[in-house]
Amino acid sequence: MKYERIVMAHGGGGSLTHELIKELFAREFDNPVLRTSDDSAVLAMNRQGYAFTTDSYVVKPYFFPGGDIGRLAVCGTVNDLAMQGAQPQWLSLGFILEEGLPLADLEKIVASIRQAVAEVGVQIVTGDTKVVERGRCEGLYINMAGIGRVVTKNWIGGANARPGDVVIVNGPLGEHGVAVMSCREGIEFQTSVVSDCAPLWPLVKEILETGVEIHTMRDPTRGGLAAAVCDIARASGVGIRLNESAIPIDPAVRGACDLLGLDPLAIANEGKLILFCRALDGERVLAAMNRHPLGREARIIGEVQEKPKSLALLRTTIGGERIIDMPTGEDLPRIC
Amino acid sequence: MKTLVQAIHELGQRLGRNVNLMEVCGTHTMVAFRTGLRQLLPASVRLLSGPGCPVCVTDANYIDAAIALSHRPDVLVATFGDLLRVPGSESSLDRERAAGASVRVVYSPSDALLLARECPSRHVVFLGVGFETTAPTVAWAVYRASRDRVMNFSVLCAHKTMPGAMDALVRDRQVKIDGFLCPGHVSVITGAAIYRFICESYRIPCVVSGFEAWDILKSISLLLAQLADGRAEVEIEYSRSVTEQGNVAAQRLIEEVFEPCDATWRGIGAIAGSGLAIRETYARHDAVRALGVEFGESRVNPSCRCGDILRGVARPPDCQLFGRGCTPAYPIGPCMVSSEGTCAAYYKYEGRIAA
Repeated sequence: MKYERIVMAHGGGGSLTHELIKELFAREFDNPVLRTSDDSAVLAMNRQGYAFTTDSYVVKPYFFPGGDIGRLAVCGTVNDLAMQGAQPQWLSLGFILEEGLPLADLEKIVASIRQAVAEVGVQIVTGDTKVVERGRCEGLYINMAGIGRVVTKNWIGGANARPGDVVIVNGPLGEHGVAVMSCREGIEFQTSVVSDCAPLWPLVKEILETGVEIHTMRDPTRGGLAAAVCDIARASGVGIRLNESAIPIDPAVRGACDLLGLDPLAIANEGKLILFCRALDGERVLAAMNRHPLGREARIIGEVQEKPKSLALLRTTIGGERIIDMPTGEDLPRIC
Repeated sequence: MKTLVQAIHELGQRLGRNVNLMEVCGTHTMVAFRTGLRQLLPASVRLLSGPGCPVCVTDANYIDAAIALSHRPDVLVATFGDLLRVPGSESSLDRERAAGASVRVVYSPSDALLLARECPSRHVVFLGVGFETTAPTVAWAVYRASRDRVMNFSVLCAHKTMPGAMDALVRDRQVKIDGFLCPGHVSVITGAAIYRFICESYRIPCVVSGFEAWDILKSISLLLAQLADGRAEVEIEYSRSVTEQGNVAAQRLIEEVFEPCDATWRGIGAIAGSGLAIRETYARHDAVRALGVEFGESRVNPSCRCGDILRGVARPPDCQLFGRGCTPAYPIGPCMVSSEGTCAAYYKYEGRIAA
């Protein structure tokens, strides 16, 4: 039974989101660049590659442990560029503000944007402001587009993972999703978890400076690690095998997930990346990552094989094996 | 862990025949699939998933009634998130919410009661679905609503109790159950003594299990040992939380607010005395009586084999809809939609490895 209306799960970053994109947007706007379905589009101008991306931010509440909607917007946009091997250059900033929003809140968010922008060395070069009637949005929404200059020689993309690659993650997973949920109306719970919200370009720069050929990078946001590896397995037509015992997850995140009945692998991150490169380059990349504060806990969590084609599997801690499935996009709080 | 698996294999060999062990708890189902422990069992030991997911056994006409309520302008339906996408006869709550129905996800019955206090102009109906584990929290909300005279709060009650269902499964005889892995959370409330009749009347061993992979493996080894010795007893593996008599305060609360009733289990049918209904004293907080809810006929896809799957008669791939018409994104049967449903677990974690 197909959906006749949009339901919340269409925005969950899981299989319903993918289906909406594939069967409506991608079909209507089909072109070679869009077809790559990477975090940002890579375009060539005067023989220089540029990455271009856009994202909207509707997180609720707009202040959360470890960040706010403004910092999230900068990180989310910058990270989408960085995943294509692009140094972020310019950002746009579009506000949709609700009548009645305290100016003090807006000022705080703007200050936070300025701070994040300074961390990356990127400029906000254009913007827009709209105000809607009270009740038409919850506080504020942000839309942000970004342009970055591609600094790698090889093409980094979701379709480029190859058998023999290792899978590396830069740190513990699930923190952003759990931090936002912990302060959401109705499920407030005490937790030490704060959002991992961080701009990844400085870390990516260190990685690229090793000269190692990176095949694929993704920031596992909505849908978490699970959605990211499913996507890459499918796009590259390879089998991805992860080791559960190698995947770093903070005990507080695990505890919160147990409590809420969630899979930590499907929880959103905003300062994490997963990376695929040849196994023999793995240690060099890892060493470079470990030198950077955002990669101190980086580790190899799995490898790529030829089979089973287009499927991601998890070797469990007790020695079993199971599929990592694309999350459907459950009725979770708005987390980005 | 290795020694446990080894012990299970040795016991399996000692028994020298096929045995069917059934768990009747959605969390056990999920742990068994998510940790891949099913693959560690010998081929002769089959782990069946019974009707342990409360969402899965909720009749389609209950969803229909909840949908009808959600369209009444004076009503706000409050529910746990896992009911949202469950298909009723025609539609589901999430589709209806997208079409304008008033449906709010809450994380506890107390939150629903709070919602009622905050919106005095609406009647808040909480969808009471679950086993003995959730029944006390719902009973508490009803009790509080009555005590504080929150007249705009009621529960659409479809609570069920486990022993009656286990009894029906054993009597069914279409599938021979050699042992039960009894639900840990339910037993925390009810105590382990409620399973004794299964051992005494049917000579079937029962072990109350915890929720870690090693809990389940340990429980399986205890069941196999009982079978090998020809014993049929209730053993508590989950002894860090479960006692013989259970949580007496919670039982009293259930007793205060609810009384046993006959209940229809989706896919299984009517089981006498296996449901909980709100007592006359609290009739004002029973949505059926307070709002005049009527239950229509359930219409379900005739090809759906959720009922057989819930009884352990069929495995998900035996159903012709599995993975074809029926997937987690587009579920037809309840076992595919609930996060603890057998088909969903099978589809997500195991079903396509061989393919």
